[in-house]
Amino acid sequence: MKKVFISFFCMIFIIGSLSGCHGAKQSKGFDIPENFDESKKVEISFWAKNDTNVVQTAIYNKAIEDFQKLYPNITVNMRLYTDYGKIYNDVITNISTGTTPNVCITYPDHIATYLTGNDTVVPLDDLFASEKYGLGGSELKFDSPSVSEVVPQFLDECVIGDKHYAIPYMRSTEACYINKTYVEKLGFTLPETLTWDFIWQVSEKAMEKNADGTFKVNGQNVLIPFIYKSTDNMMIQSLKQLGAGYSDSEGNALLFNDDTRKILKTVAQYTKEGAFSTFKISGYPANFLNAGQCIFAIDSTAGATWMGSDAPLVDIAEEKLVKFETEVMPIPQYDTEHPKMISQGPSICVFNKSDSQEVLASWIFAQYLLTNEVQIAYSETEGYVPVTTKAQRAEEYQDYLEKEGTDTDTHYEVKIKAAKLLMDNTENTFITPVFNGSASVRDAAGQMIENVTKAVRRKKTVDDAFIDALYKDVQALYHLDQQGTGIGQGKNDLGPLPLPSVILLCMLVITWVLIGIYVAFEKIKEKNKN
Amino acid sequence: MKKTLAIVLTMGLALSFVGCGSKEESATAETTVAETPAEVVTEEAEAAATVEETAAEASTEETAEAAGDVMSYADFTAAELDSEVVVETYVQAKQSWWEDKATFYTQNEEGAYFIYEMPCSQEDYDKLVPGTKIKVSGVKSEWSGEVEIVDATFEIEDGNFVATAKDVTDLLGKDELVDSQNQLVSFKDMTVEKVAYKNEQPGDDIYVTLSKDGNNYEFCLEYYLNGSDEELYNLVGGLEAGQTVDVEGFLYWYEGANPHITKVTVK
Repeated sequence: MKKVFISFFCMIFIIGSLSGCHGAKQSKGFDIPENFDESKKVEISFWAKNDTNVVQTAIYNKAIEDFQKLYPNITVNMRLYTDYGKIYNDVITNISTGTTPNVCITYPDHIATYLTGNDTVVPLDDLFASEKYGLGGSELKFDSPSVSEVVPQFLDECVIGDKHYAIPYMRSTEACYINKTYVEKLGFTLPETLTWDFIWQVSEKAMEKNADGTFKVNGQNVLIPFIYKSTDNMMIQSLKQLGAGYSDSEGNALLFNDDTRKILKTVAQYTKEGAFSTFKISGYPANFLNAGQCIFAIDSTAGATWMGSDAPLVDIAEEKLVKFETEVMPIPQYDTEHPKMISQGPSICVFNKSDSQEVLASWIFAQYLLTNEVQIAYSETEGYVPVTTKAQRAEEYQDYLEKEGTDTDTHYEVKIKAAKLLMDNTENTFITPVFNGSASVRDAAGQMIENVTKAVRRKKTVDDAFIDALYKDVQALYHLDQQGTGIGQGKNDLGPLPLPSVILLCMLVITWVLIGIYVAFEKIKEKNKN
Repeated sequence: MKKTLAIVLTMGLALSFVGCGSKEESATAETTVAETPAEVVTEEAEAAATVEETAAEASTEETAEAAGDVMSYADFTAAELDSEVVVETYVQAKQSWWEDKATFYTQNEEGAYFIYEMPCSQEDYDKLVPGTKIKVSGVKSEWSGEVEIVDATFEIEDGNFVATAKDVTDLLGKDELVDSQNQLVSFKDMTVEKVAYKNEQPGDDIYVTLSKDGNNYEFCLEYYLNGSDEELYNLVGGLEAGQTVDVEGFLYWYEGANPHITKVTVK
């Protein structure tokens, strides 16, 4: 009896100690429920972003309404933002309080940071493959695209490490919206492929003034020939086109190089002439373009409805609008034979929750946003492209593209040209490596252009010494001097196991071996007795 | 033998518990990981703030050397864009505090200054109540027509001034209106034409179109300025076309006059 008691006591302690060790890792994971319980009321929150475009809000509302009709037990509460940065900050804040949304429109760069939390974002690979509720699943109450019907390149952009943590929602790139009338007035003809040299050359020429101080090309007191909305993208795309370093999948920031220096010096040169500025410094490129105060406005294709004399969305007074012919072209290139442009646009991620039915409901809703109804309707609001071939090839969408320019609203020429630009160049798009901290590298890329532009405007000298100091400051400020800290590297070498851990593991092994010996010994003894 | 075995087992278990004691470290490590995102943001925010701060500090130092003295409003108006400026002014309202930066509507007896995203701790932000006198050093800038001071630093000084709204109704549609830019102003007997939520739903800015003598003018209830004033937000959101109102607000500029509403009186 005594032996049995000791053995039992030992076992309880061993199990207790081992389970205690296990408890140190609070990984909850997500197991796909066998069935979705439609009798259970589920409320999910959806944080979305629109482009200050009320039609997009209406489409989200309709999508939610239609979805709730299909799944009456699910209530979707939407919170709208007009800025991805604000979504990012709010998600981060809510991770620490355990109050993240269920579904969120976001960027992979941001997800990489969300992933540093414990089990925050649901990896979707198993859900993709679920026969019942996966992409194209048999139990879904709507016509969901299959995995193969999601544009592979766009789906690949949602891989972080080795798993999909998002599904693409919409895709866009950047376009150069050009006042073709002014380009020709200045004596130039738009080339087949736009180059940086061409833009700088035209911009320089545009700075010529009349005797009264007005600019010759527009007769106004204000002209900034070239305005870039996203300086992050300006630097990233320039470096990619030059084959220069930006960052790598190991999480190293490589952008503090000589090519960047050349780009910054060029920016400084043309800023000094008044030929270049940025959104952050001067304002929306569209407002300047539409007022005849800008010739080359680079902005997202998702901003196309704001561009041009007949733009459906305008932020300036009617009397300020100037009539001109708008051309939409891919961003300028360094190597015209191998054009490169960024692929961007929102993706959708699903946050983990303790209730697996809630997570499944979230996934089903996220997937609903990939249906043709939502994809086609939303892509038509701006120069977006649907992320599924199913939607792209749909008769309704093809008809929409064919009607380019037939009106200045749904079929606004500039908007449809912008969408076609991406569809024609999908193979020329790229994304930057995603890792925890990649958002900082992006910020740093843009910050350098902003700082150089500001410095020149403030009559400071931008030379090698300035750029050296800038590199140093930006590296330190964005913590980019701590290389290789990103999760993108996936397999961090954590070094050799510490000695106490080795001893502990050895002791555990010995303990188990001794327990085994003891039990065997007792059994043999008992056998011999019998 | 049994004793030896018991001792070894006990030792093993004891050691394993000691090992598990390091769970504290594991748990701490996990907590740290979980907290990392917030830290990342804070660090990024700090970085952004510091970038601005560094620039502002640099400009302040140079300002002190080059300009030195505090400018009058006339000097400020005459100063070139992108030049360094130093003004003494009084906080009238705070638009937002975000990532250690804040935006202020300020005014003195001569004119008004919009201070955009000035690095500011939460503690300082709380001190900057309406009326507080501050000395601001920064760079004069213009964004879509709005003249502002950016990359600024500040110090709190003794003094207090709260502006009263200046009636500029007669200046609507006239070029002279811009001379009152950023000041607390009022518009009398305006007719409500249209009210629209930024996202077609409450929770963000409200765009209000008011008319006077047949001409429409755009106003805005800036959510970050006074969205937390539920009474005002609901009042503005509930305005109906045809109502007559008196409106007070800061004369913000976005591609033209775009006053940020702070008070509405329905007549």
